Amino acid sequence: MKLRYFAWLRSKTGVGGEDIALPEGIADVEGLVAWLTARGPGYAEAFRERSAVRVAVNHDYVGFDHPVADVDEVAFFPPVTGG
Amino acid sequence: MAVRVQLEDFDVGAELDRLTAGNTRIGGLGVFVGLMRDVAGGEAVRAMTLEHYPGMTEKELGRIDAEANRRWPLAASLIIHRYGRLEPGERIVLVATAAEHREPALAACHFLIDWLKTSAPFWKQEETKSGARWVEARDADDQAAERWRRG
Repeated sequence: MKLRYFAWLRSKTGVGGEDIALPEGIADVEGLVAWLTARGPGYAEAFRERSAVRVAVNHDYVGFDHPVADVDEVAFFPPVTGG
Repeated sequence: MAVRVQLEDFDVGAELDRLTAGNTRIGGLGVFVGLMRDVAGGEAVRAMTLEHYPGMTEKELGRIDAEANRRWPLAASLIIHRYGRLEPGERIVLVATAAEHREPALAACHFLIDWLKTSAPFWKQEETKSGARWVEARDADDQAAERWRRG
Protein backbone atom coordinates (compact mmCIF):
# COMPACT_ATOMS: atom_id res chain seq x y z
CA MET A 1 0.00 0.00 0.00
CA LYS A 2 1.19 3.49 -0.85
CA LEU A 3 0.72 6.19 1.80
CA ARG A 4 0.99 9.93 1.17
CA TYR A 5 1.11 12.84 3.64
CA PHE A 6 0.74 16.52 2.79
CA ALA A 7 1.25 19.92 4.45
CA TRP A 8 1.55 19.71 8.25
CA LEU A 9 0.80 15.99 8.27
CA ARG A 10 4.00 15.55 6.25
CA SER A 11 5.92 17.78 8.69
CA LYS A 12 4.70 15.70 11.64
CA THR A 13 5.20 12.21 10.21
CA GLY A 14 8.53 13.33 8.75
CA VAL A 15 7.84 11.64 5.40
CA GLY A 16 5.94 12.65 2.26
CA GLY A 17 5.15 9.10 1.32
CA GLU A 18 5.96 5.50 2.06
CA ASP A 19 5.17 1.99 0.93
CA ILE A 20 3.88 -0.38 3.56
CA ALA A 21 2.51 -3.92 3.63
CA LEU A 22 -1.03 -3.57 4.95
CA PRO A 23 -1.09 -5.48 8.25
CA GLU A 24 -3.60 -8.27 8.46
CA GLY A 25 -6.90 -7.40 10.09
CA ILE A 26 -6.97 -3.77 8.94
CA ALA A 27 -10.04 -3.26 6.78
CA ASP A 28 -10.75 0.47 6.76
CA VAL A 29 -9.22 3.94 7.10
CA GLU A 30 -10.10 4.00 10.81
CA GLY A 31 -8.07 0.83 11.42
CA LEU A 32 -5.18 2.11 9.33
CA VAL A 33 -5.05 5.38 11.28
CA ALA A 34 -5.08 3.49 14.60
CA TRP A 35 -2.17 1.35 13.40
CA LEU A 36 -0.20 4.38 12.10
CA THR A 37 -0.80 6.29 15.35
CA ALA A 38 0.93 3.50 17.27
CA ARG A 39 4.05 3.66 15.05
CA GLY A 40 5.66 6.61 16.82
CA PRO A 41 5.22 10.04 18.37
CA GLY A 42 5.30 11.89 15.02
CA TYR A 43 2.45 9.77 13.69
CA ALA A 44 0.53 10.07 16.96
CA GLU A 45 0.87 13.85 16.73
CA ALA A 46 -0.18 13.92 13.06
CA PHE A 47 -3.39 12.00 13.79
CA ARG A 48 -4.09 13.48 17.23
CA GLU A 49 -6.95 15.65 16.01
CA ARG A 50 -8.98 13.44 13.66
CA SER A 51 -11.41 16.22 12.71
CA ALA A 52 -8.51 18.12 11.12
CA VAL A 53 -7.49 15.21 8.88
CA ARG A 54 -8.91 14.62 5.40
CA VAL A 55 -8.48 11.29 3.63
CA ALA A 56 -8.34 10.28 -0.03
CA VAL A 57 -8.22 6.73 -1.34
CA ASN A 58 -6.98 6.45 -4.93
CA HIS A 59 -7.41 10.24 -5.38
CA ASP A 60 -11.04 10.38 -4.16
CA TYR A 61 -12.19 11.90 -0.86
CA VAL A 62 -13.47 9.25 1.55
CA GLY A 63 -14.59 8.97 5.16
CA PHE A 64 -12.82 7.10 7.97
CA ASP A 65 -15.19 4.16 7.47
CA HIS A 66 -14.03 3.61 3.88
CA PRO A 67 -12.46 0.20 3.20
CA VAL A 68 -8.76 -0.06 2.32
CA ALA A 69 -6.84 -2.74 0.45
CA ASP A 70 -3.14 -3.41 -0.16
CA VAL A 71 -3.34 -2.07 -3.73
CA ASP A 72 -4.67 1.34 -2.63
CA GLU A 73 -2.96 4.72 -2.45
CA VAL A 74 -4.14 6.40 0.75
CA ALA A 75 -3.44 10.10 1.35
CA PHE A 76 -3.79 12.10 4.57
CA PHE A 77 -3.89 15.89 4.59
CA PRO A 78 -5.40 18.95 6.32
CA PRO A 79 -8.41 20.86 4.93
CA VAL A 80 -7.33 22.42 1.64
CA THR A 81 -6.34 26.08 1.24
CA GLY A 82 -5.86 26.70 -2.49
CA GLY A 83 -7.41 29.30 -4.76
CA MET B 1 -13.17 22.28 -20.65
CA ALA B 2 -9.55 22.36 -19.60
CA VAL B 3 -7.57 22.17 -16.40
CA ARG B 4 -3.88 22.97 -15.91
CA VAL B 5 -1.66 22.79 -12.84
CA GLN B 6 1.66 24.48 -13.40
CA LEU B 7 4.72 26.06 -11.81
CA GLU B 8 4.98 28.98 -14.21
CA ASP B 9 2.91 32.16 -14.52
CA PHE B 10 0.20 32.52 -17.16
CA ASP B 11 -0.80 35.33 -19.52
CA VAL B 12 -4.48 36.14 -18.83
CA GLY B 13 -5.06 37.91 -22.16
CA ALA B 14 -3.49 35.14 -24.21
CA GLU B 15 -5.43 32.47 -22.30
CA LEU B 16 -8.76 34.25 -22.87
CA ASP B 17 -7.98 34.74 -26.56
CA ARG B 18 -7.28 31.02 -26.89
CA LEU B 19 -10.43 30.11 -24.98
CA THR B 20 -12.73 32.04 -27.32
CA ALA B 21 -10.82 31.58 -30.60
CA GLY B 22 -13.05 30.41 -33.44
CA ASN B 23 -16.31 30.57 -31.50
CA THR B 24 -18.28 33.71 -32.31
CA ARG B 25 -21.37 32.44 -30.48
CA ILE B 26 -19.67 33.37 -27.20
CA GLY B 27 -21.15 36.59 -25.85
CA GLY B 28 -19.46 36.81 -22.48
CA LEU B 29 -16.64 35.63 -20.27
CA GLY B 30 -16.61 35.20 -16.53
CA VAL B 31 -13.06 35.60 -15.23
CA PHE B 32 -11.53 35.30 -11.78
CA VAL B 33 -7.83 35.84 -11.14
CA GLY B 34 -6.51 35.11 -7.66
CA LEU B 35 -3.44 37.09 -6.58
CA MET B 36 -1.03 36.64 -3.72
CA ARG B 37 -1.48 39.22 -0.96
CA ASP B 38 1.35 40.59 1.17
CA VAL B 39 -0.56 40.38 4.43
CA ALA B 40 -2.48 37.67 6.30
CA GLY B 41 -4.04 37.89 9.73
CA GLY B 42 -2.48 41.31 10.24
CA GLU B 43 1.04 40.02 9.63
CA ALA B 44 3.28 40.78 6.65
CA VAL B 45 3.82 37.82 4.32
CA ARG B 46 7.05 37.73 2.31
CA ALA B 47 6.21 34.74 0.12
CA MET B 48 4.24 31.55 0.10
CA THR B 49 4.69 28.02 -1.17
CA LEU B 50 1.78 26.13 -2.65
CA GLU B 51 1.94 22.38 -2.27
CA HIS B 52 -0.47 20.08 -4.09
CA TYR B 53 -1.25 16.42 -4.63
CA PRO B 54 -0.28 15.59 -8.24
CA GLY B 55 -2.83 13.25 -9.75
CA MET B 56 -5.62 14.05 -7.33
CA THR B 57 -5.44 17.79 -8.06
CA GLU B 58 -6.09 17.32 -11.78
CA LYS B 59 -8.83 14.77 -11.05
CA GLU B 60 -10.61 17.05 -8.55
CA LEU B 61 -10.35 20.14 -10.78
CA GLY B 62 -11.67 18.08 -13.71
CA ARG B 63 -14.58 16.94 -11.56
CA ILE B 64 -15.67 20.45 -10.57
CA ASP B 65 -15.14 21.69 -14.13
CA ALA B 66 -17.45 18.91 -15.37
CA GLU B 67 -19.99 19.85 -12.68
CA ALA B 68 -19.97 23.51 -13.83
CA ASN B 69 -20.51 22.39 -17.41
CA ARG B 70 -23.39 20.19 -16.28
CA ARG B 71 -25.09 23.05 -14.39
CA TRP B 72 -24.63 25.86 -16.91
CA PRO B 73 -24.58 26.02 -20.72
CA LEU B 74 -20.91 26.91 -21.17
CA ALA B 75 -19.15 27.18 -24.51
CA ALA B 76 -15.73 26.82 -22.89
CA SER B 77 -14.07 26.77 -19.47
CA LEU B 78 -10.54 26.91 -18.16
CA ILE B 79 -8.91 26.51 -14.76
CA ILE B 80 -5.20 27.20 -14.30
CA HIS B 81 -3.72 26.82 -10.81
CA ARG B 82 -0.07 27.38 -9.94
CA TYR B 83 2.03 25.65 -7.33
CA GLY B 84 5.50 26.29 -5.94
CA ARG B 85 6.89 29.47 -4.38
CA LEU B 86 5.07 32.75 -5.08
CA GLU B 87 5.72 36.33 -4.02
CA PRO B 88 3.17 39.08 -3.29
CA GLY B 89 1.41 40.33 -6.41
CA GLU B 90 1.90 37.12 -8.35
CA ARG B 91 -1.03 35.35 -9.99
CA ILE B 92 -2.12 32.13 -8.27
CA VAL B 93 -5.21 30.97 -10.11
CA LEU B 94 -7.28 31.70 -13.21
CA VAL B 95 -10.89 30.60 -13.66
CA ALA B 96 -12.48 31.53 -16.98
CA THR B 97 -15.91 30.56 -18.27
CA ALA B 98 -17.42 31.40 -21.65
CA ALA B 99 -21.10 31.37 -22.56
CA GLU B 100 -23.57 32.99 -24.94
CA HIS B 101 -24.77 35.30 -22.17
CA ARG B 102 -23.36 36.76 -18.98
CA GLU B 103 -25.52 34.98 -16.39
CA PRO B 104 -24.17 31.44 -16.89
CA ALA B 105 -20.63 32.71 -17.45
CA LEU B 106 -20.54 34.70 -14.19
CA ALA B 107 -22.40 32.11 -12.10
CA ALA B 108 -20.21 29.22 -13.29
CA CYS B 109 -17.04 31.22 -12.65
CA HIS B 110 -18.17 32.04 -9.10
CA PHE B 111 -19.15 28.41 -8.48
CA LEU B 112 -15.79 27.12 -9.74
CA ILE B 113 -13.62 29.35 -7.55
CA ASP B 114 -15.80 28.69 -4.48
CA TRP B 115 -15.67 24.92 -4.96
CA LEU B 116 -12.02 24.87 -5.93
CA LYS B 117 -11.09 26.56 -2.66
CA THR B 118 -12.71 23.84 -0.57
CA SER B 119 -12.02 20.71 -2.64
CA ALA B 120 -8.86 20.98 -4.77
CA PRO B 121 -5.90 19.53 -2.81
CA PHE B 122 -3.65 22.60 -2.48
CA TRP B 123 -2.05 23.87 0.73
CA LYS B 124 -0.43 27.23 1.32
CA GLN B 125 2.54 27.78 3.58
CA GLU B 126 3.32 31.43 4.28
CA GLU B 127 6.71 32.92 5.06
CA THR B 128 6.51 35.62 7.73
CA LYS B 129 8.98 37.37 10.01
CA SER B 130 8.15 34.88 12.76
CA GLY B 131 8.73 31.87 10.48
CA ALA B 132 6.82 29.59 8.13
CA ARG B 133 3.22 28.70 8.91
CA TRP B 134 0.55 26.60 7.21
CA VAL B 135 -2.54 28.56 6.24
CA GLU B 136 -5.68 27.29 7.99
CA ALA B 137 -8.90 26.62 6.13
CA ARG B 138 -11.55 29.32 6.67
CA ASP B 139 -15.16 28.66 7.67
CA ALA B 140 -16.20 31.47 5.32
CA ASP B 141 -14.83 29.46 2.38
CA ASP B 142 -16.83 26.40 3.44
CA GLN B 143 -19.95 28.54 3.70
CA ALA B 144 -19.32 30.06 0.27
CA ALA B 145 -19.04 26.58 -1.27
CA GLU B 146 -22.09 25.35 0.64
CA ARG B 147 -24.30 27.92 -1.10
CA TRP B 148 -23.81 26.01 -4.37
CA ARG B 149 -24.67 22.61 -2.94
CA ARG B 150 -27.80 21.29 -4.59
CA GLY B 151 -28.83 18.31 -6.70
